[in-house]
Formats: sequence, C-alpha cells, structure tokens
Amino acid sequence: MTAPVLVFGWGNPSRGDDALGPLFVDAVEAMKLPGVECLTDFQLQVEHALDLKGRERVLFVDASADAAAPFTVERIEPARDASFTTHAVSPQAILQVFREVEAEPAPPCWLLAIRGEGWELGAPTSATARENLRAAIAWSRTWLAQG
Amino acid sequence: MSFELETAPADAGTLRRVAIDPVSRVEGHGKVTILLDEHNKVHQVRLHIVEFRGFERFIQGRPYWEVPVMVQRLCGICPVSHHLAASKALDLIVGATRVTPTADKMRRLMHYGQILQSHALHFFHLSSPDLLFGFDSEVGRRNIVGVAEKYPEIAKKGILLRKYGQEVIRLTAGKRVHGTGAVPGGVNRSLSADERKDLLKDAYQMIAWSREAVHIIKELHQQNPALYDHFGSFRSNFMGMVAPDGSLDLYHGVLRAKDADGSILFDQVDYQTYDRLITEEVKPWSYMKFPYFTAMGPEHGWYKVGPLARVQNCDSIPTPFAEHERLEFVAYAGGKPLHATLAYHWARMVEMLFAAETIKELLQDDDLSGTELMTSGERRREGVGVIEAPRGTLFHHYQVGDDDLVTMANLIVSTTHNNQAMNTAVREVARQYLDGKEITEGLLNHIEVAIRAYDPCLSCATHALGKMPLEVTLVDAEGTELDRKYKA
Repeated sequence: MTAPVLVFGWGNPSRGDDALGPLFVDAVEAMKLPGVECLTDFQLQVEHALDLKGRERVLFVDASADAAAPFTVERIEPARDASFTTHAVSPQAILQVFREVEAEPAPPCWLLAIRGEGWELGAPTSATARENLRAAIAWSRTWLAQG
Repeated sequence: MSFELETAPADAGTLRRVAIDPVSRVEGHGKVTILLDEHNKVHQVRLHIVEFRGFERFIQGRPYWEVPVMVQRLCGICPVSHHLAASKALDLIVGATRVTPTADKMRRLMHYGQILQSHALHFFHLSSPDLLFGFDSEVGRRNIVGVAEKYPEIAKKGILLRKYGQEVIRLTAGKRVHGTGAVPGGVNRSLSADERKDLLKDAYQMIAWSREAVHIIKELHQQNPALYDHFGSFRSNFMGMVAPDGSLDLYHGVLRAKDADGSILFDQVDYQTYDRLITEEVKPWSYMKFPYFTAMGPEHGWYKVGPLARVQNCDSIPTPFAEHERLEFVAYAGGKPLHATLAYHWARMVEMLFAAETIKELLQDDDLSGTELMTSGERRREGVGVIEAPRGTLFHHYQVGDDDLVTMANLIVSTTHNNQAMNTAVREVARQYLDGKEITEGLLNHIEVAIRAYDPCLSCATHALGKMPLEVTLVDAEGTELDRKYKA
C-alpha cells in the first residue's frame, strides 16, 4: 500500500552541501514514522512524477544556493520550466508532468530548500550547512505530525 | 576540416563577444562564447564545460575495491556507466581477465538498462519538445510539460521507458542509486527466476514503444530533410567500440574508427593500448581536454563518439528490429556517413530499441540466475576498462599499488571525446543563425538545440536549487555589455 506521505530528497552525497537532501531523508527515515515513505536520488527526474501517485502530502527536499538560511519552506504548484540539459528539472515541473500524464491533480506538495555553501567534489558538508540541516529536521517534526 | 576557427587572434580587439553563460554555478556549467568580427560574422566559438576538475584527485589514494561504488558519484545521469567501466578496469587488477557468464550477463543487463533509461530521458525529456514543436515555437511550451499536454501518451511512454530501465538497474545493481552489483572480478548477486519473470513481462511493451520512438524521429527527418540533414552538420572522424565480429556491442569489444567518408582508420584495437592511440590536448581556455588520434594530429585527428558514431561504425546490430532500423538509417544516408547533428537523435532511438531487445534476450538466459559470480587470477598493477556509455565511449584507467590503493586514475568521458565536435557543431549553428545584433530567444535555442544533441555531461556537478539557470550576455569589442538575457 502506498504511504500517504512522501519525503523525497535529492543531491550528490559526494559534493559537499549538495548532500543536504539525502541527509535530511536519512534523518526522517531514522524516525521510523508510520505512513511516511522516504525516497532519495542523485537528481530529480521526470519519472519521479510517478512516485506522487496515491500520496496525500509530499515534501521535496534539496540543497539551495539561494534560499535564506537556515532553510525555506513553500507550498509549490505545478509549473513549466525549460532546460538545455537533462541534468535539471524543477519539482514544480514534476507536479505539472504528473497532472498531465495522470490526468488528475497533483497532491499537495511543499519544497524544503536548505541553504548550502560549498559544492566541491569530495568535500564534506560544511559546518554551516549541518547547522541548517539540524534546524530543518527540527522543523520537519511538526510538518510530519500534521494529519 | 574547420580547425582554423579554433584559434582567434591574441588581439581580438575588433571582435565582439557573445557569451551564453549560466549564472552562479560553481562548476558543471556550459558556457558558449562566440567571437564576432567587425562585420558581425562568427569568427570563433568556444564551448566551455568546466565540470571535470578533481575526478582523478577524488579517486587516487582510495582502496581499489571502493572505486566502482564511489565513481558513481561523478555523474548523476550515468552512474552505472562509471560503475561498470571501473569494474572492468579493476577486473584486470584482480586477474579476472574473463568474468563468469553470470557476471558478464548481469553486467550487460545493467548496462542496457542504463542505455534504455538514459536514451529515453534524453529523447522524451530533452529533445522531443524541440523536435515536436519546432525550434522557433513558444519557449514556454517547448519542454516536457508541453509535450505532456499535447502528446500525453508519448510523454507517458517516455516516463515508463525510463522507469523500466531504472528497475532493471535496481535489480541488477541491488539499489536504485549507489548500486553495488558489479565488483572487481564479477558481481555480487544474480537474478531470481521471479525477478526475471517480472522484468520480462514488460520487456515486449518496451520494445514496442522503442519502435514507435524510432518511427517518430525517422518521420521527422523524412518530412524535413532540409533542416534535419543540414542543421549543425560537419564532417569528422568517428570512433566507437564494436564486437570482434564488427557488430554493435555497447558493453565490451574492440575499438574501431572511420574517417568522414566511412573508410576504416583503425579496427580491432585492444583498448588496453588506448594511450598509444589517443592524445589528450590541453588548451588554455578550457578545463576539458581535446582528444585526437595521435597518428593524425590535432587538426585532423579529432572525432565524434556516441550514438551517431556507433550506429555508423558497426557492420550490423545483433537484434532484429534494431538492425532493420539501422539499415533504414544507412539507406537514408545514401551509403556515406551521415554527419548531421540532429541525426544523433535518430541513432539514439535505434540504440534504445537495441537496448530494449537486448534486455528481453538477456532475461531469457538462465545464466542470469547462475551462482558462479566471481573469478580471479594473477594480481596486476594496471587496468583499463572501456564501455560505450549513453553519450559515447568511456575510458577508466587505473594503476594500483601493492597496498591496494589507487596510485593513478585517468578518465576520458564521452563529453571529452566529443569536445571538438561540440564546439564545431555550435559554431556551424551560430554561423547560420547569429547576426550579431541581438540575442534572440530563437538564436539561443538554436545553439542549445545543437548542444542538446550531444547532451554534454554536466551532472558531475551539483544540482542544488538555484544553480541551473542560463545567462546570455552580449558584449562589444570594448567590453561593454550590449544585451543580457536569463533563462531559468
């Protein structure tokens, strides 16, 4: 049976603060909450639209170079975006693809953007980013407890 | 060849610079710089891709057995390709000159799952909006969402093809991401009969959808040959791996190259000797090297890799539907190599069909459920692994010390092989569509269409939010900014 809540984080664990998304998902997974499924990937891609099916709420999580520290949370709506590469797609576009392909509204979705600072290959997460991550995890307990 | 445009005068005082530049990416971005002469004609194009810093440093000093897993973090799009190329190189370190049939077929299945999902993503997500709507259509519509709106069945098939490829990878690699299926000397798992049965029941549908995809792109070519045959077209050599009998094999084989007319330059070359064949040239303006066939020199020895090279480099494709489509491709080209940039998409779909058929055949092979997973032999210090990744030939070369730590790593990724070719494709397009007065959306997109055909590997960089927009800047010869556009 599909879990009603999905937490989906993405990023490269070996690229410094790009690991924030997967690290957040690891933390939520460790909470062992009933009804919450945790998924992670290197990148957000179009097939992840299929992971939205049957959900009541979805939390997308990524590192951000631009978000205000320590993190921002926003409700997101379906939207188009364009890219010159297969290497990036926005969560808003994932919602739009879901709506078009499944012919039904996307579930309510939020985007948690955790501020990161450094992105070098082989670098660990920065101390600042780890602080931001802790704040985001603390916030998530309230969001996850909501019915 | 058009090598003369590679070098601009040191004093480019009469040239106007047009830069297409992503904003705020630390690395991993593509940046196009077009130098115009005083008559606003394109004089030089430089495509900058800067993501490849630090690969070797990331690997050196690590225990060799960690490498097949850690190299997956070099690329979010082709992690399996790095995983398998590293495993093949490190097979030699542990003396496994030939892995067991189960290991060979498990790896092949993983690889063709990767080819299927990557090609599906490329075509349906990246290219189909341009191809189905036209390069000059409304930009807000020309994306996967627009395709999903107007052609929901095509979009859904694309997503499900990719999903299927990912499932093949999950079952062969053990996990959806960061799989560990291949190890130096073999694999650490095989497939159960139930797993094969589950995958096999959808394999026929994947073949059918792949055939439809080939037909879509083939019809587009046939309907508008003036565009498809000439957009960004330029002559070059080709290189790729083929099976010893000359048929297409994306997992293992020998190196073959042809010249622009289709004549063999070299064949049956053992890739362990690649460093005698290829030289990597360094240029001061780019982090990425420019490989060329050593015997021909940098001016004449550069080449294309990837689907367009592979489909025309091989003598046949060993699956029936894909071979039928290859023959149609060859017939369309009229007996000579097709050098059109947009023909990459057609060749890519022929390969996707080949991958789908190969997956079906492999799933029917009981060796996939075998129990002999590993082999070993006399320890060696050096090994080269080569695989045909979705975008082209991928080399992994390692030296390992007696303490089992990697002392030397050299990687040549497909985007590096195609470096000169991509520069040339963008220059040809810029020559055709840039008038030097304004950066129009159409101009930007025509350049991007050429880049998209190769889909240079940028995924080695981060994907954090806010790190993928494009910036377009027009600067005159004095350095004054004339125009700037963002594409987010």
